[in-house]
Amino acid sequence: MKPAAFEYVRPKNLAEALTLLAEGQGDSKVKAGGQSLGPMLNMRLSRVNQLVDISLIPELKTVSDDSDTIIIGACITHASIEDGKIPDVTNGMMNSVAAGIAYRAIRNQGTIGGSLAHADPSADWVISLTAAGAEAVISGPNGERRVGLNQFMDSAFETKLDFDDILTAVRIPKFSKQARWGYYKFCRKTGDFAEAMSAVVIDPSRDYCRVVIGATDTHPVVITDAIDLLTSDEAIDACITKNALDLNPLSGQMHRTALRRCIKQVQSL
Amino acid sequence: MVSNARSNKGVGGRLLRKEDDRYLRGRGQFVADIKMSGMKEVAFLRSPLAHARINAITIPENLKHKAFCWSNMSGVKAICAMTSLAGFKKSEQSPLASDKVRHVGELVAMCVGDNRAQAEDFLEELVVDFDELPAIVDMVSAQQKGAVLVHEDWGDNVYLESKWDGDLSEAKANASITVTRQIRTNRQCMAPIEGKGVVAYWDNRMDQLVLYTSTQMPHIVRTGLAECLNLSQANVRIISPDVGGAFGYKGILTPEEICLGWLAMECGHPVRWIEDRREHLTANANCREHEYQVTAYADDIGRILGLEAVGAVNAGAYSAYPFSACLEGAQVASILPGPYIVPAYQCNINSISSNKPPILPYRGVARTSVCFAMELMIDAIARKVGREPYEVRLENLVPPTAMPYTNITGKAFDSGDYPESLRRAVESINLKGIRERQATNEKDGRRIGIGFCTFCEQGAHGTSVYHAWGVPMIPGQEQAVARLTPDGSLELRIGAHSHGQSMETTLAQVANEILGIDPADVRLVHGDTQYTPYSTGTWGSRCAVMSGGAVSTACKALAERAAKIAAHLMKLDLKEVQIIDGQAKGAASSISLAEIAEAWYYKPQILAADVDPGGLEVTVGYRPKIDTGTFSYASHAVVVAVDIELGHVEILDYVIVEDGGTMINPMVVDGQVFGGAAQGIGTALYEEMPFDSVGQPLASTLADYLLPGPTEIPAFRIEHMETPSPNTEFGVKGIGESGAIGPPAAIANAINDALAPIGVEVLETPVTPRRILAAIAEAQAGAQS
Repeated sequence: MKPAAFEYVRPKNLAEALTLLAEGQGDSKVKAGGQSLGPMLNMRLSRVNQLVDISLIPELKTVSDDSDTIIIGACITHASIEDGKIPDVTNGMMNSVAAGIAYRAIRNQGTIGGSLAHADPSADWVISLTAAGAEAVISGPNGERRVGLNQFMDSAFETKLDFDDILTAVRIPKFSKQARWGYYKFCRKTGDFAEAMSAVVIDPSRDYCRVVIGATDTHPVVITDAIDLLTSDEAIDACITKNALDLNPLSGQMHRTALRRCIKQVQSL
Repeated sequence: MVSNARSNKGVGGRLLRKEDDRYLRGRGQFVADIKMSGMKEVAFLRSPLAHARINAITIPENLKHKAFCWSNMSGVKAICAMTSLAGFKKSEQSPLASDKVRHVGELVAMCVGDNRAQAEDFLEELVVDFDELPAIVDMVSAQQKGAVLVHEDWGDNVYLESKWDGDLSEAKANASITVTRQIRTNRQCMAPIEGKGVVAYWDNRMDQLVLYTSTQMPHIVRTGLAECLNLSQANVRIISPDVGGAFGYKGILTPEEICLGWLAMECGHPVRWIEDRREHLTANANCREHEYQVTAYADDIGRILGLEAVGAVNAGAYSAYPFSACLEGAQVASILPGPYIVPAYQCNINSISSNKPPILPYRGVARTSVCFAMELMIDAIARKVGREPYEVRLENLVPPTAMPYTNITGKAFDSGDYPESLRRAVESINLKGIRERQATNEKDGRRIGIGFCTFCEQGAHGTSVYHAWGVPMIPGQEQAVARLTPDGSLELRIGAHSHGQSMETTLAQVANEILGIDPADVRLVHGDTQYTPYSTGTWGSRCAVMSGGAVSTACKALAERAAKIAAHLMKLDLKEVQIIDGQAKGAASSISLAEIAEAWYYKPQILAADVDPGGLEVTVGYRPKIDTGTFSYASHAVVVAVDIELGHVEILDYVIVEDGGTMINPMVVDGQVFGGAAQGIGTALYEEMPFDSVGQPLASTLADYLLPGPTEIPAFRIEHMETPSPNTEFGVKGIGESGAIGPPAAIANAINDALAPIGVEVLETPVTPRRILAAIAEAQAGAQS
């Protein structure tokens, strides 16, 4: 299991990285932490002419404050967030989620932007940050744009990123003190991919309530006005059915349970 | 002449492992650590299809001398693992596929490159024209009339039918209850941290093929390899360096070893192949696929009157060398009655050929599946007669008063108190407390269950057992070389090999027990056919008994030689001299082993005229008084919490009461039991190698083949009993596989205990969340209809 040969380049800054991608005309691929791309290249499931390693670009490793939002650079690792090295604006949600991503060895290398760009519907950041109402900051040949994470994924592993785009940062709205969050994922073992997972964020001061269901076959299920789900188990069951998550009854049972338990976390606070 | 004085460094001593110094510092030397000048790397083209005819393999012109298929390997023989059991059908496994491929991952061609990536690039240039055939995947369709044949000349898909005939008419007539269950252990993989790996080159000076391979049995590999490559054994040297776990996967001769040996001769430069995890999982390290329907006839208190079983083992496409494709099937038939008194017994097990990789003997071999079946039956009987499962076990276990006991299939249980191991487990796990806890509802809504199992493990079985099998490898006397070096340290040489057994430590302790020499001054040489006596290797929980016995016997013989020299030097009668504490001691004087060695090696002029010319080096063979094996035994007890909404199982407590006879090093025994039990938890809850209906493997990385990790393994509480075997040196019993045998049975029984109130019973490993949820759904559907 060794990859087919490819060019490896490590641009010094974002502009250089964007130029390389544009020149690659779709045959170049961005590598951040490499925790998903690496194995896919090794198994020759994925092939590239050129690997553009952005993991050491300084401007992608910064964190900045923009009044009601925090902007986290794409190449910040899960471990940095787990360890509290990044200011927390989510009442502890991000630290908690980060600590549950795969294994520490993966968290040491894997990045928040890489995870979002990879767009695995079972990925912790995809689910939790979509629930948090975060936006992807994307740089491309025509400059910078923002896409809400609830609009970002088209399908499993399919996003709004073009071949010459780079997801440079994620903008996370600051939670108010009253904001509550719930996050539940069911894995067969520690570090395993989730069989079922859900996240919920309620922020009354912003009139915000969003539920996201992950571990789906396609893009996650996003319920932007989720307040009804908080009222009854029947509403939860109906939601699972409405979104066709119980076509396989056993999977349906797991999704239903994960969602119920996730919501229970915000109810019991 | 030999002192039995016990020191804390001899038999029974809790010595830290000598080998850990290099392992813990990352200085072990495994096959992949070996570098050689001019060495090239090999990658294999493996079949993408489970069953297909090969019409043609096209090697492009630029890859001549870099890519090879079976037609290039003229003169090389296929692997053919025979048994003499009547009716056994042999398979011929050419190292690279000849006319047909019989499982996904079978070797089709190989390429040699400057590195692995280049060799894999070359593979992409090869073109194979296949005609796909229907695949035989499951055991039922394999046995149907008119089924596609894996080996056309057989007429069916059965390697061997293993039978135990018995008369059940009385049991049936007298039984108050009859319990029947269909029980299955699904196919899984072994997963040593180090996979297979081979480095091979031709040594012109010695006129030898030298092959480094990660193996448990270097001498058997030498024999098999010489046969397949048409070399004399003198022209083959096998070196097995440090081995990072094996568990049976490295107790075989592999097609890759033959291919690398051939390439080294063909290409004239060193070659290496390091197995990757995908090859390991999808093509190679498969094991454990058993299914049986078991019926127990019992009286109204659960005493077994008779047992009958019919089933099959899915042995895969080829018979693996040397143990063959029917080792497991035949073992099932002979050990299903377990540690119990079974008055009447009948069993019929077919070893099935299919389009899956060959089944290989994983730690525990058939015992794990058999224990799973028998112990689930005991619990089913207990539920039917309304008793505690442990009480039904106690009714049926062979009592200590009956020891030694020969059971219905002729297994000679040597010693022990099986019921006591269970009583201790019941006490230690606090059955009473758990039953009280079960009467109250858990705050988190989970259901608590408690499960037990008791089993015995035949280990170190020898000549008579394997002769009856007729496999190419029959263990006889196990030999050891003991050699006092000129400076008075001890060198031991054995033909078995350590793949985690800690033999560098434990055999040094055995030597210390006999000679009193400090284990720090003892060096073990093993894993090299050039320097060690012939041995069938390390398998079947045999080395503590066999190599330990051999080292003990050799050290005693060496002590006699040393004492004789010492008596002359000390001017004492031989009877007045004792070898003790690494010294020859008389009543008032002593000399060290180093002084004795100095005399033999450097000052022959001071030796007696009649000194033994063999000197301070002996090769001695050993076998126990009875060669049918030792029987260690254990009871496992486990408490689980089952989340019935998600099907998740958490292990809350785990007790193992183990009797492995006299322990050479209790910490090493604990380590063996711990590691085995961790693997048993893998079998119980996580590990499965699934295939789709056309024989494609559905797990190919450790992301989809789940191994238990540190957070899934409980802190096992291990208690020891120590009933010596009457038949072995020091009373040692084989215990290496024990830990891996019990967990699936104990855990499934605990899950079933938790779920019995809602009418759920699981009968299949691994007990995954989906299997639990499916069983619950089925029970609910049944209750509603």
